Amino acid sequence: MREFFSQGGYALFVWGSYGMAVVLMVAEIIQLRAKRRTIAARIGRMLRLRAQENS
Amino acid sequence: MFRTFRVIVGRDLTLALRRRTDVLTTLFFFIIVVSLFPLGVGTEKETLRQLGPGVVWVAALLASMLALERLFEGDFRDGALEQMLLTPQPLAMLVLGKVCAHWLLTGLPLVLIAPLVGLQYHLADESLLVMMLSLLVGTPVLSLIGAIGAALTLGLRGGGVLLSLLVLPLYIPVLVYGAGAVAASAVDMAHVQPFFSLLGAFLLLALVFSPLAAAAALRISVE
Amino acid sequence: MTSKLYKYASPATFYPLAGWMIPWFAVLAAVTIVGSLYWGFFETPDTLGGSNPQKEYYRIIFVHVAAAWMSMWLYVVMAGWAAIGLIFNTRLSFMMTAAIAPTGAIFTFIALWTGAFWGRPSWGTWWDWDPRLTSELILLFLYIGYMALHGAIDDARRADRAGALLVIVGLVTVPIIFWSINCPDPNQCAALHQRSSLGNIEPNILGAMLGLTFGFWMYSFATAFSRIRTIIISRERDAEWVRQALETKR
Repeated sequence: MREFFSQGGYALFVWGSYGMAVVLMVAEIIQLRAKRRTIAARIGRMLRLRAQENS
Repeated sequence: MFRTFRVIVGRDLTLALRRRTDVLTTLFFFIIVVSLFPLGVGTEKETLRQLGPGVVWVAALLASMLALERLFEGDFRDGALEQMLLTPQPLAMLVLGKVCAHWLLTGLPLVLIAPLVGLQYHLADESLLVMMLSLLVGTPVLSLIGAIGAALTLGLRGGGVLLSLLVLPLYIPVLVYGAGAVAASAVDMAHVQPFFSLLGAFLLLALVFSPLAAAAALRISVE
Repeated sequence: MTSKLYKYASPATFYPLAGWMIPWFAVLAAVTIVGSLYWGFFETPDTLGGSNPQKEYYRIIFVHVAAAWMSMWLYVVMAGWAAIGLIFNTRLSFMMTAAIAPTGAIFTFIALWTGAFWGRPSWGTWWDWDPRLTSELILLFLYIGYMALHGAIDDARRADRAGALLVIVGLVTVPIIFWSINCPDPNQCAALHQRSSLGNIEPNILGAMLGLTFGFWMYSFATAFSRIRTIIISRERDAEWVRQALETKR
């Protein structure tokens, strides 16, 4: 186990690499969901307003 | 068709020469940038001789790019560009004419002043000649490729910076081989020829494809 | 047959289709990524000998090569959709180009970052203007250029078409750019830099690399489809089906 984490002393490089990759990919997913929520909410509001105006 | 070309070149040259400052600013930008580098990296002869080709070429790239904004802008603003899109003449030909005029005003001066600038970097005489020739073949390619970027970013806010971002990656092959030719000439003149073959090939490709791509980009931007 | 194909070119049809495909891609991505990494870390030797000896840090190769491959293929796919959009004038194709771009840019950045982290222990320096890394950097500029251009144009149609043209021009020049970086002195480059042929790599390493690449493909499908759904409802907001879709919260 300890060998896995230390990677022969190169832990910084190996985990630095994979860490950044994971961080970026997770951040992308989070950003996607946040953007979708905002846009869906905004459009929903706009459509409701339009429905009110028409009625 | 060749008459169209001549007419457009003549028109653009006349218009540009009425505002001579535009032409001169590009040239002076080039000279200033080239003069700044020795102040930044130190004036030791050997360093300058090694840096010279690259610095002059990068300055030529930047100067060429600065001038690109004005390629279509004037005609776009006063509606002449829309008229050009409507004529039966092939748009690519009109674009080629405009780019040619543009190069005569912004690229050719760089070629002519290159020897003076090369002397500042203590380049050998053969290198000065190679520098002029490489710029002579390379700067038209820069204008041609840049025209595509200028057409795509027509009328956009933040256009100049955006144009640089789009066009600089595409300039890289010209930079590599243009500066490479001059660097190679310092080592052995016999090695210079393949560089010019490549630059010449780029020029031919750009002459054929860039006007078409720029014309397509103009249609996208104006319609 | 063509009418059936054109049906899927409509954003309204594609939206729910993409919707139910995303979870499958996501699961497949997670499973293959984790599995490939396990394979790569535990089923391979700790150090490599041979002509190019590498210590434990060589395990970065899995994510570095997979990300680099993805960065290049995604750009080609973007250009493909751009071409289809320009030829057939289909909105959805342009939306797909825009949906892929950020994912491609992220993989390019990952390739650069992991390349630097691999370079530091193995060559001794974070950055070396190595032709391959430099090419990746240029590719990042191309991605950012597309996203900047697309974002700077307000009119959706002009943005789509201008971006598409830019991607295609980029694709055409990419081989020239990469070749000029790889071969800056034409006198001296008969053969390009060491061609590490895939056949020479130990099978477990190759397997993990390919597996991770497949996982990244699945991930890219999931993110691109997800992103395109958001683009679709944003662009098609005036359509009736969007109102219904948002009400049923699908």
